[in-house]
Amino acid sequence: MANNAARADTFPKLLVRNAVEFAARPAMRHKDLGIWQSWSWSETLDIVRAYAVGLSRLGLKRGDTVAIVGSNRPKLYWSILAAQTLGAVPVPVYADAVADELAFVLKHADVRFAAVEDQEQVDKIQSVLERLPNLEWMFYDEPRGLRDYDHARLRSMDDVIADGRKALAADATLGAWLDSEIAATKGSDPSIILYTSGTTGTSKGVVLSGERSIAAATDTVNFDHLDENDVALAYLPLAWVGDHYLNFAQGMVAGFCTACPENAETAMADLREIGPTFYFAPPRTLEALLTRVMIRMEDASPLKRRIFHYFIGVARQYGERILNGQSVPLKGRILYGLGNLLVYGPLKNVLGFSRVRTAYTAGEAIGPDLFAFYRSIGLNLKQLYGQTEAFLYVTCQPDGAIYSDTVGPAAPHVDIKIADNGEVLFKSPGMFTGYFRDDDKTAEVMTPDGYVKTGDAGFFDDKTGQLKIIDRAKDVGKLKDGTLFAPKYIENKLKFFPNIREVVAYGDGRDFVTVMLNIDLTAVGSWAERNNVAYASYQELAGHPLVYDMLEKNVAEVNRSLAQDKMMAGAQVKRFLVLHKELDADDGELTRTQKVRRGFVAERYAPLITALYDGSSEADISTQVTFEDGRKGVISARVKIRDMKVEPVAAAMEKAA
Amino acid sequence: MRAPDDSPKARIGDVLLSVEEVSLAFGGVKAISGVSFDIRQGEIRAIIGPNGAGKTSMLNVINGFYHPQQGRITFKGQTRSRMRPYEAATGGIARTFQNVALFRGMSALDNIMAGRTLKMNVNFFWQLFRHGPAVREEVEHRRFVEEIIDFLKIQDIRRTPVGRLPYGLQKRVELGRALAMQPELLLLDEPMAGMNLEEKEDMSRFILDVNEYYGTTIALIEHDMGVVMDLSDRVVVLDHGEKIADGTPDEVKRNQAVIDAYLGVAH
Repeated sequence: MANNAARADTFPKLLVRNAVEFAARPAMRHKDLGIWQSWSWSETLDIVRAYAVGLSRLGLKRGDTVAIVGSNRPKLYWSILAAQTLGAVPVPVYADAVADELAFVLKHADVRFAAVEDQEQVDKIQSVLERLPNLEWMFYDEPRGLRDYDHARLRSMDDVIADGRKALAADATLGAWLDSEIAATKGSDPSIILYTSGTTGTSKGVVLSGERSIAAATDTVNFDHLDENDVALAYLPLAWVGDHYLNFAQGMVAGFCTACPENAETAMADLREIGPTFYFAPPRTLEALLTRVMIRMEDASPLKRRIFHYFIGVARQYGERILNGQSVPLKGRILYGLGNLLVYGPLKNVLGFSRVRTAYTAGEAIGPDLFAFYRSIGLNLKQLYGQTEAFLYVTCQPDGAIYSDTVGPAAPHVDIKIADNGEVLFKSPGMFTGYFRDDDKTAEVMTPDGYVKTGDAGFFDDKTGQLKIIDRAKDVGKLKDGTLFAPKYIENKLKFFPNIREVVAYGDGRDFVTVMLNIDLTAVGSWAERNNVAYASYQELAGHPLVYDMLEKNVAEVNRSLAQDKMMAGAQVKRFLVLHKELDADDGELTRTQKVRRGFVAERYAPLITALYDGSSEADISTQVTFEDGRKGVISARVKIRDMKVEPVAAAMEKAA
Repeated sequence: MRAPDDSPKARIGDVLLSVEEVSLAFGGVKAISGVSFDIRQGEIRAIIGPNGAGKTSMLNVINGFYHPQQGRITFKGQTRSRMRPYEAATGGIARTFQNVALFRGMSALDNIMAGRTLKMNVNFFWQLFRHGPAVREEVEHRRFVEEIIDFLKIQDIRRTPVGRLPYGLQKRVELGRALAMQPELLLLDEPMAGMNLEEKEDMSRFILDVNEYYGTTIALIEHDMGVVMDLSDRVVVLDHGEKIADGTPDEVKRNQAVIDAYLGVAH
């Protein structure tokens, strides 16, 4: 069972192994002109060798850096391998990066060569060319629109590969030279530099070495029992650590086939055609999928709708227990089997999940209902927690121990510590060797004893023994009595209710926790329609006593769930209010990526916050708003405040049970 | 490798189609009176003018749908006063319509495949049973159609019934069907009518790409002056069925008769 990839310490050596061991098995597929094209491992080696020779004839040398810019396409993956074959270091860049970001990375990594997808990327690089004096050559995959461009420093990848192939055929010693180049690649040398997306400050180049990358990927390939018969669809950004690890590195180690979609828009249809066995999706993708299914079910005939909802109910009752291998009454098994035949099977087929053995989600908190839905229809969805600096895996959930609010125990051979301030620290087989040309930053994130700081706060859950991530470490505060206060943790729990669109929690340096809620107009509006609640405006609906009653139940449920956690029990919500207007990016209350700007909101709604903490039962507020056409107006309202009951701490009881 | 000074103008060759002294009347209504102009190989030629100027009638004359009472049309050196639409199509003239004219119940793929009908040589019998040479031929045509789908970036809607698509995409499918005929001359009747800015930009890009990549000569009618001035090599302006100007976009823009026609001056 155990994979023997660790014997090769660099990816080019691994490719040579794969070409022998899995010779005729598919390494890569790509849908082109409506047909799935495939390349076997031996063909891949053949192409990569020719490509590498072509690149060396254009001057690529050991230690050079090569930018890789574009979406998931075979030729870009081969560019990575061809560069590594010569001991050069590939630097993938997000395809949708604007010219400025692109220039920053290319300049910082000092690239001499750039392998790009198409005209769009060529144009982008050419627009910042004067900032990149060291850039010598650009190679493109897609020739469309580039015919009339000046080809003095531009080549198509096909030409480079063909040139290398011709040279290899003409000169017999060249093959031997290439073998010696591959043998000369060292496992401790940089294998790839992945730039972090830079949502928190400027982006940093994370340097990963070949031996560590392969060691980490070998661990997880064995953990999830992946082998050469598996298939994955590479549809997430090529430059993201997730794609590079899950598809490229694991694919190289396990020898499985990586399929590239036709283009970004067809990914869903391609998923269905390929039927991957290993799948990753961030929570928002899973949510969008579920919404689409539900909307389409609403259009189905009444009979189909009833069958669907009945069996989804059955799945909710028994599905997860069956997946976890727990005992289920015979009636449950029979009903579930029938449901599988009528609903779950066809549904998974439509979504492309029929053959998925292992699916992961990560990146943000996933709603318990959403998570349970996919698991209940039989998709083995698990959570992992990772970072670019770790070459992805820090924790992951093993089969049979899956929870929606934890991210799993430490991944194989990963060592995790929780710092005094609650920050998660790790040491892992795949961990980075440092930030590229930034020793200060490297020193900043490393502890003296060799652990890496994640910047995330978390703790090990008593019940499950799994890690729970609660917030960014710098956002975690303390109540006056010293209780840990993680605003995002509370906000996320509340946001999982469909009635609640946005939440802002306060409590750092205060006596207790309070929250301001935004209702979700679609969900609450449709509830009002069904219950004959009349309202004339958003403001009136938000302030409606029945809406307050409904939200009070939601907040009470969150308090109950917080009470389960020893760490969080003290940070239950004591008072809440429902805002009279929606938080809006146009008013500066949200960022353009729809994240709440907590400090700004606190300033803007200062009278409300004062009222939340001084015990008054309502408060007046008037705020300036910007309409879509740019005009400004003022909204005034009297906002009511509700007190909440605090649940007794139940952690000890639960543990005993 | 092409020299960098290879300007777009260098692509333009000899006269492909010329219209001489064409007049068309419906009963007493004169739609076109005595209009002459030519379209050169490889150029993008715009026909503009206020409403009712006779632009669409002109396109209908070119592709043989209307027969002018007077005048001659010379296409690829052959002069004729009457041409049937079928002859125009086999001769290499394809067109799109002002109001989208697709088979709404059929998929985008099938609609574009329909554009290959004239290129199918296998007889009806084989096609009926979809066997032997018919399959081989279909595979060949499918490949060509897939290249068009790739070219127009509509892979994701390949199997979607056209009636379910938004307007901008329907227009793109219609362009695809016209391209499937491998036309020498492509007539576009208001390719951007009713589109938003982004769709217009996309469509402009595709028109330029078609012209460059396939080397197709294009004659288009368009109301968006910005688009016309950016896209076309030469512009002919009609007003009340008469030609009032002909030249490069810059010349036309400065022409007093054109300004008057658009701003409205007592006739």
